[in-house]
Amino acid sequence: MFENLSERLERSFKILKGQGSITEINVAETLKDIRKALIDADVNYKVAKTFTDEVKEKALGQDVLTSLQPGQLMVKIVHDELARLMGGTTVDVNIKANPAIILMSGLQGSGKTTFSGKLASMLKSKRGKNPLLVACDIYRPAAIDQLKVLGEQIGVPVYAEIGNKDAVEIAKNAVKFAKQNNHDLVIVDTAGRLAIDEQMMKEIAAVKAAIQPHETLFVVDSMTGQDAVNTAKEFNDRLDFDGVVLTKLDGDTRGGAALSIRTVVTKPIKFVGTGEKMDALDTFHPERMADRILGM
Amino acid sequence: AGKSKVDDEVLDNLEEVLVTSDVGIETTLRIIKRIEERVSRDKYMGTSELNAILKEEVAALLAQNNTGEMLDFSNPSDKKPYVIMVVGVNGVGKTTTIGKLAYQFKKAGKSVYLGAADTFRAAAVEQLVIWGERVGVPVVKQQMGSDPASVAFDTLSSAKANDADVIIIDTAGRLHNKVNLMNELTKIKNVMQKVIPDAPHEVLLVLDGSTGQNAFEQARQFTKATEVTALAITKLDGTAKGGVVIGISDQFKIPVHYIGLGEGMEDLQVFAKDEFVESLFK
Ligand SMILES: Nc1nc2c(ncn2[C@@H]2O[C@H](COP(=O)(O)OP(=O)(O)OP(=O)(O)O)[C@@H](O)[C@H]2O)c(=O)[nH]1
Ligand SMILES: Nc1nc2c(ncn2[C@@H]2O[C@H](COP(=O)(O)OP(=O)(O)OP(=O)(O)O)[C@@H](O)[C@H]2O)c(=O)[nH]1
Ligand SMILES: [K+]
Ligand SMILES: [Mg+2]
Ligand SMILES: [Mg+2]
Repeated sequence: MFENLSERLERSFKILKGQGSITEINVAETLKDIRKALIDADVNYKVAKTFTDEVKEKALGQDVLTSLQPGQLMVKIVHDELARLMGGTTVDVNIKANPAIILMSGLQGSGKTTFSGKLASMLKSKRGKNPLLVACDIYRPAAIDQLKVLGEQIGVPVYAEIGNKDAVEIAKNAVKFAKQNNHDLVIVDTAGRLAIDEQMMKEIAAVKAAIQPHETLFVVDSMTGQDAVNTAKEFNDRLDFDGVVLTKLDGDTRGGAALSIRTVVTKPIKFVGTGEKMDALDTFHPERMADRILGM
Repeated sequence: AGKSKVDDEVLDNLEEVLVTSDVGIETTLRIIKRIEERVSRDKYMGTSELNAILKEEVAALLAQNNTGEMLDFSNPSDKKPYVIMVVGVNGVGKTTTIGKLAYQFKKAGKSVYLGAADTFRAAAVEQLVIWGERVGVPVVKQQMGSDPASVAFDTLSSAKANDADVIIIDTAGRLHNKVNLMNELTKIKNVMQKVIPDAPHEVLLVLDGSTGQNAFEQARQFTKATEVTALAITKLDGTAKGGVVIGISDQFKIPVHYIGLGEGMEDLQVFAKDEFVESLFK
């Protein structure tokens, strides 16, 4: 369904060849194409608009049209701007404290439990940590079992309190338990929740206040569409999270949500999930993500 | 008199509403074109008439035979047992939707069997078993890691032997670009036919209502592997609108049967076209 953006731009530039440099008038059609491509890639409508306005500012006056392949040059401008916006200095996950506490948050089914396992496994094997996984999802059927199965797979113990319906209390007890048992890392899995679910948002805010995590992560499905901005903003307003985890990138989604989220909350994307297995995680590469959004 | 041309401002606004509901740029431009054509032909008086035209044109893209009245939990079909296979990418809400459907069928007086053919994801079987207990319907299962086709076979055999009315088979979430996993689905489907020749009678593709344009590719690939017959859109209790389903329904001619509106047993509704379209403009 998608036409490669550079082909698309090449076409719109053909019409303009020989007009010299980029002007307000001759670039309008091209910018429309770029905006469409971004929306096709699930970049939020408003974010795409703002983005193309900024690209226009960058492109105006540039001697693009006399270049051999003006479309490609324009794509490069767009690509670099995308990578710049999504990148910046990479911030490591904060695990200096003892115990370091990491809290997961996000919508239902985004991949929190799976990612909790992956992160524990990675920090255990690569950074020599002794993690404790904490099952604070007291709602989803078999959520505790799920975390326990993953814990077993990676050789990390899971703290759970069967029957306790107070997530805040479980989290607090877990931190106590970690301190007593020499766990220098505590990863707290939580239930999925909608940003508009007041009671559930209060719950996770209370968990955060009670255990004072060193790192709060917002886990988001990379297939998410236009709503990504609302959710990210709402979770950030409530939790002031430290970083974003983008899951299911082993699929073929263009992943425009990455740009949308970066734009509305300006928090770094720290990890990406690339599969269901416990070793399927990677750090975030803005250049690759820019390629992906542009379908390159 | 009446107007035969829609103001640019109105069209821009419409574009924004549709795109931010995940309708997608292509479908949005098609809808706008249809409205412009219709208006130049029929003319309209005032905003309320224009709004009505607009909603009609959007609704027209949603595939037919999906009006609420035609879906009846007390009489899903003349097939007995009626076999539903549930498919979709990871985490969209397949297992939960199965729990909710089982509840509806049971409430309508049907005897239901569930098959735990997700033998891969951690605690997937336990999750379905808990739903089975909640609703009060049997769940056929095997060990984790066993062959999902074999679980489906067992489920159909025992449901048939027990004269069940409805069978719902859960499957593991899988991304549609993974060829082996998609082939596995085809195999599960084929194995069912050894027990009930025309099974599955319904292949229900579950789409997460917050998914963007990738849902198109999901519909395309799952249809290739399993001939999807119906869609369920979940998580519409959130702020996402699920507009991508409009283009999907139109292009693949697959009706939407159900929407998910929460995590509880009762949070499932039969899809109502007009309400859905209405919700896009709220
Ligand atoms: N292909 C793929 N699947 C993933 C990835 N991360 C998670 N999943 C799958 O997505 C589904 C949902 O993952 P979970 O970890 O259960 O998600 P969750 O956010 O804990 O879900 P809730 O607790 O219900 O809110 C499961 O089938 C996972 O195996 C990923 O990076 N790639
Ligand atoms: N708010 C809301 N949550 C839902 C809805 N449907 C499912 N969920 C939640 O979404 C998460 C994933 O649901 P599952 O039923 O496990 O999804 P699945 O497709 O079976 O997942 P996998 O088997 O891992 O691929 C769970 O936390 C569900 O409670 C819905 O309609 N609304
Ligand atoms: K999801
Ligand atoms: Mg979970
Ligand atoms: Mg499932």
